Amino acid sequence: MTTPVLDVRSLDTVIHAPDGRRLHILHDVSLHIDAGECLGVVGESGSGKSVLARTVLGVHARTTRAESTGQVLLNGEDLLAAAPARRADLLGTGIAMVHQDPMTSLNPVVRIADQVTESLTNRRRLPRRERLRTAAELLAAVDVPDPVRRARAYPHELSGGLRQRVGIAAALAGDPVLLLADEPTTALDVTVQRTVLDLLDRHRATRGLATLLITHDIGLLYGRARRIAVMYGGRVVESGPTEQVTERPAHPYTAALLRSVPRVTGPLRRVLPAIPGSPPDLSRPLTGCPFAPRCDRAEAVCATVAPPVHRAGPAHTASCHFPLAAEAPRPSQTSLERTP
Amino acid sequence: MSATPADPARSPADPARSPAVLRATGLEVVHRTRSGPLHAVSGVDLTLHERRTLALVGESGSGKSSIAKALLRLPAPTAGTVTLDDTDLSALTSRQLRALRPRLQMVFQDPLSSLNPRRTVRDLVAEPLDAHPGLLRGRDRLAVADEQLTAVGLPPELFGDRRPEQLSGGQAQRVAVARALAAEPRVLIADEAVSALDVSAQATVLNLLRRLTEERGLASLFITHDLGVVRAVSDDIAVLQLGRLCERGPTEAVLAAPAHPYTAALLAAVPEPGRPLGDTGLLPADPPSPLDPPSGCRFRTRCPLADDRCAAETPAARPVGPGRTVACHRPLLPVLDRAGFGSAPVPAQRP
Repeated sequence: MTTPVLDVRSLDTVIHAPDGRRLHILHDVSLHIDAGECLGVVGESGSGKSVLARTVLGVHARTTRAESTGQVLLNGEDLLAAAPARRADLLGTGIAMVHQDPMTSLNPVVRIADQVTESLTNRRRLPRRERLRTAAELLAAVDVPDPVRRARAYPHELSGGLRQRVGIAAALAGDPVLLLADEPTTALDVTVQRTVLDLLDRHRATRGLATLLITHDIGLLYGRARRIAVMYGGRVVESGPTEQVTERPAHPYTAALLRSVPRVTGPLRRVLPAIPGSPPDLSRPLTGCPFAPRCDRAEAVCATVAPPVHRAGPAHTASCHFPLAAEAPRPSQTSLERTP
Repeated sequence: MSATPADPARSPADPARSPAVLRATGLEVVHRTRSGPLHAVSGVDLTLHERRTLALVGESGSGKSSIAKALLRLPAPTAGTVTLDDTDLSALTSRQLRALRPRLQMVFQDPLSSLNPRRTVRDLVAEPLDAHPGLLRGRDRLAVADEQLTAVGLPPELFGDRRPEQLSGGQAQRVAVARALAAEPRVLIADEAVSALDVSAQATVLNLLRRLTEERGLASLFITHDLGVVRAVSDDIAVLQLGRLCERGPTEAVLAAPAHPYTAALLAAVPEPGRPLGDTGLLPADPPSPLDPPSGCRFRTRCPLADDRCAAETPAARPVGPGRTVACHRPLLPVLDRAGFGSAPVPAQRP
């Protein structure tokens, strides 16, 4: 077996918020991504999906202090245990991130060329002419039309879709082995979203880039991610191959999430099955299953005993006392019919 | 609030018999910008019917929010008329318009930024009653607020004394809806009201808006970019592209077989579990700037079917089915003549 590019083992993260609260956000999170593979992480707000990305990168909000235990292995080397200089080195050459909103992640007063090449100029000096040329090449590789002119532009002169492509170009410039994409298309129109995801797919395949695609939209992962990890209350509650997780979910939360998505295909539902209640408050200690208060299958044991890992199939697991049986009817009448 | 079982008897009002509440004709909105005039909305006609929801769909820059503001006269449209129950809003004095304002209510995208963080939920919901005391009709303002909170599924004894920061996104949005209801509106405009919510909270708010539209006889306009949401919440759909309506009709019919290549592309781009990724067929061009829209059909630079005529002539809306029109020179469905027979050739393929 080859070493995964990213191997997160039993990661726990506690954040000390500026108001003094202690938030235990990630609980025993384990996941791995191979070269050229896309792993989708899906979760609602407060599920811990963004904290996971920040913990891997080792960057947290300035006003908070985070403590992590467990292992974050990048090509077998533990980022959490590495000395600061080694860590910076590993991160700088190994991991790149694409953010949700390119308008806020790009510096408004710095030309595109300088931002796209930043990960290169951090390491060695690049003469201005070469910097512009390199930037134009990087922009062309992400399908930015007229790249030579765009390299001299400022972020506000570009559309949202182009700005996100600039963000991707900047992420790919350092030739990383792992790309973290946190809601990369949430701020984009649906037709632009499609082209940006296609672009990420293409670079994943041609460069053998391991990709962690974080989203709240489980539909977006279909046909993109080979595997999905579903997060709830800071835990991976279900993980497995995308088709299995979306068509035969074992965890009641995944099933409820799939049911509540409004769809353009399938039978018309005038009333959407909502999930009652709210996600758990992470500042309070939690025993048992985090989803238990909202779960229609929950029994007394769910509130007190942490759920066991249920094997729903090869490489398909769910942490649940009462998982859905594989032969149970499909959730939400998942219709495979296409639009005409 | 959990889902209530679907009531088969509860069907949306028949458009032929449901009275028109709000009518907008020839709506034009031109924004003055440093780079010259921006035609945000051009020649849009809309009608909202009692107990029905019209979904207004389009990408960013299509003029969705400009239309919503024009309907509320915030500010007034550059041209065109808006009538509410046969009253022309432009003919009203500012005092008369103010008296009419409660009839037109709006729910915004981000509930936390539209609710005053220092006031309690009960107070926020009662606020429209302070501005328009006539709505009280002898009742106690806090009793009215509690009644509306109950209607949106937030028990007043649990939520009445909270402040916005103590609410989840979905709860805050329900407070915004309760506050709109307190004004006893005829028209409810929801501008991307569920876009910022998690999927599970989104379902609750969508169910609520749909139920209230029917129970309270509202005429609703739901602005969104999400076609899945459109299908869950609306009876009719109007697709907006760079300030012009390109297709309209009953939601189910339009989504089952779009007539405009743009609607087809939007539909194909929707990612959905269990649905193979479709090809949008769009040309690899970015959406054009609303400051400099293409001549003729404004979609032609991205349209796989566009020909010379599309650059030369602006397409007019033509019928393609019961209650359906499309503004396209090369529609994906045959155009009907007056007698209802197809008269234009069906194009060889859809994009």
